Amino acid sequence: MRAPIRAAALVAATALVAACSPTNQPSPEPYVPPRGVAETEIRLGTHQPLTGPASSYSRVALAMKAYFDHVNAHGGVHGRQIVLLIKDDGYNPATTQTVVRELVEQDEVFAIVGGLGTPTHSAVLDYLKEEQVPDLFVASGAGSWNQPARYPGTFGFQTDYTTEGKIVGHYLAEESAGETVCAFHQDDDFGREFVAGVEAGLGTPVALRQSYITSNTNVAPQVQAMQSAGCTVVVLATLPSFTAQVLRTADQLSFRPQFIASTAGSDYATVGAILGVDKALLEGLISTGYLPIATHPDDPWIALFQRILDEYGDGGEVDNNVVVGMSIAYLTVQVLQRAGREITVDGLITAIEEGEFRGPGLVPFAFSPTSHAGYSGGRMSKVTNGEQNYFGPAYVTDAGSAPVTEYTEPAAVPPPDGIPTP
Amino acid sequence: MRAFGQPTSPGARGAALGLVVLAAGVVATYALPGRLFAIGQVVAWLVAAAGLTILVGQSGQLSLGQAGFMATGAYAAALTQNALYAAGFTVSPPSGASGRFGASAAPTAAPWTLPVALLAGAAVAAAVGALLGLAAVRMRGAYLAGATLAFGLIVTPVTAVVDGLGGEQGLRVHVPRAPDPLGTAVGEGRVRVWVALVAAALVLAVLVAAVRGRWGRTLRAARDDEAAAALVGIPVARVRLAAFVVSAATAGLGGGLYVYLTGTVLPGYFGLTTSLFLLVAVVIGGAGRLVGVIGGTLFVVAVPIVTTEVMAAVNASPALQARLAGNAPLALLGLCLVLVTLARPGGRLAWLRRQVGVRRGARVGSPGVHGPGRDGTGGKPPTRHVPE
Repeated sequence: MRAPIRAAALVAATALVAACSPTNQPSPEPYVPPRGVAETEIRLGTHQPLTGPASSYSRVALAMKAYFDHVNAHGGVHGRQIVLLIKDDGYNPATTQTVVRELVEQDEVFAIVGGLGTPTHSAVLDYLKEEQVPDLFVASGAGSWNQPARYPGTFGFQTDYTTEGKIVGHYLAEESAGETVCAFHQDDDFGREFVAGVEAGLGTPVALRQSYITSNTNVAPQVQAMQSAGCTVVVLATLPSFTAQVLRTADQLSFRPQFIASTAGSDYATVGAILGVDKALLEGLISTGYLPIATHPDDPWIALFQRILDEYGDGGEVDNNVVVGMSIAYLTVQVLQRAGREITVDGLITAIEEGEFRGPGLVPFAFSPTSHAGYSGGRMSKVTNGEQNYFGPAYVTDAGSAPVTEYTEPAAVPPPDGIPTP
Repeated sequence: MRAFGQPTSPGARGAALGLVVLAAGVVATYALPGRLFAIGQVVAWLVAAAGLTILVGQSGQLSLGQAGFMATGAYAAALTQNALYAAGFTVSPPSGASGRFGASAAPTAAPWTLPVALLAGAAVAAAVGALLGLAAVRMRGAYLAGATLAFGLIVTPVTAVVDGLGGEQGLRVHVPRAPDPLGTAVGEGRVRVWVALVAAALVLAVLVAAVRGRWGRTLRAARDDEAAAALVGIPVARVRLAAFVVSAATAGLGGGLYVYLTGTVLPGYFGLTTSLFLLVAVVIGGAGRLVGVIGGTLFVVAVPIVTTEVMAAVNASPALQARLAGNAPLALLGLCLVLVTLARPGGRLAWLRRQVGVRRGARVGSPGVHGPGRDGTGGKPPTRHVPE
């Protein structure tokens, strides 16, 4: 009788032990944070022209950092503090190569955010793709950032120059029949794409094209050529310093066409600061925009940005650069929220492609699995009596053959503490 | 083992130096993984500086336009590489990319297109060097320096303005990506530095062998006393031209390597500052000394990095840092140049060797008439004897 009892006890004991031990199911793979992501911080990098011919954009970096500091003070994103490393490339693509490599290889950032400049960022597109570094919200309107098949980790932010040019061309076609339209542009993708968009929106080529390179600030020959050709409307695809140069030179030559400037070089505060005593030359300047205008302190977004700038920035006034910088930072926080605590490179890309991020923009983003373009349109603006104001409706279109259509949804209001709700 | 006192053949010495540089470089790519790009830059510049040190030290011709030849070679290599890619000489891409990045891989250039592009770059630079050299070899001193300076200054604006060269934005170059087992095991960035190291090792080996052999003696003879050299039948102008062409070719190769390392070519890569940095590297290492120019190049690449880090460490304001970032390294290097020229005419390495007491006086075949040793220490005019 004892043997069977012992056997039963043995079987029972074995069953008990088997029931207590872990099952044979494979456990879920533990989350391995990618480069740049740690328990309590996430490292982002950016290259900015703090010096050089584009140094008028230097407050973009400061604004980005101020907004991230504000978010960090409220606990960061998913419990992680956002560390932003800013490197100066002096708007020189050769320097951009070096500093971006330092950010990735030495500083080991998770992503590059808001890299500024068309020629500068173009130089590092392939490198960031090879290193599989997310390349978010490039601060430039070139179309190169919208190539999801070729550069899956790169996303634009600004309305691209072709889209913007189409809206300007559409406006000219409606309002300025019979005018001689000429173009003065930077000799790179920024300039060429904007003019191509203008011509697409107009339906005809411009009468005369003149260009400049950033290393040569004398624009008198080009302005004289436009004057001789009898241009009555001149579209400008220029950096703020060159917008100022053209306005001054044209004034000296008594050449007074209607100037229409790309948003990259038309911010009233920025160009006004460069012009100094000649600020009145900005009167009548037409441009486009897709973010709130910095000189409207009653706009709830501008008020929010001013509060954040006062607390975490340099205490100066909000200008267009601050608006762009904080808007990029706001969107970055939104996508980091959506990507979740266990963030990965692929997960982040998928999160951005889901789109539907509402913020300070006047028009929606075009993010989708087939488009990495940022804002999809804008509104016309004009400087009247020293104030830059929007007029007319907002328009959306794309860099391809879509028509220019009105966009009538009202703008979003900022969340009370300025931090997007996930 | 060779018996003590017997000279090693020039070829063996060249090969030894090349191997040492290659090995040291490979170790550095693992020891300093965050500085891969800086190491690559040192190697690309070293190739150009090696040719320059031969030109300045062994041949006695001062050139302030070496970067112009780097730019020439870089653009020629870039255009050749892109032309070969467009002509369809591609292979399927390596598998290194994963996830979302994996789906996007386009074909990459076939690996053999790289040496073809690099050689094309060196050849075009050599041809331009021959053209410039035909005029330059008849010039001496300040006039030669001025002519080479003018050349170097002209090249950058030309590359920014001529159609088809991409303007200020430059060109994206379809350089080959490392093939599969190598690329995934070692990393694309590291492979590129290794390729540059192989090229640099070959260049150094060839130059050492040439300089320690008959060609070097001819160069030094034409440098030291043209009349005497002509009397013994040396074609002085042709010898000087040959040195010019060799220097331009190495610069072209260095430029091509830089394009391979970055995958782009831009007008801003090779300006006057680069020419001056290369010259400082040559002088600090001792003009004419190939071993010295390695140290000199390391020095000129390290100084900007060190100044940036020092300024960051002492918490200088960002505005001050940005303002000094471009100027401080140049000022420092200029100061070093002045100090070295005044105090240690043979360069740092020659001074070190004197301290350590290495003597090479009684070697078979050292040239008689004027001082400097057979392997070209110093490069100062014959009135100044630099004991070795």
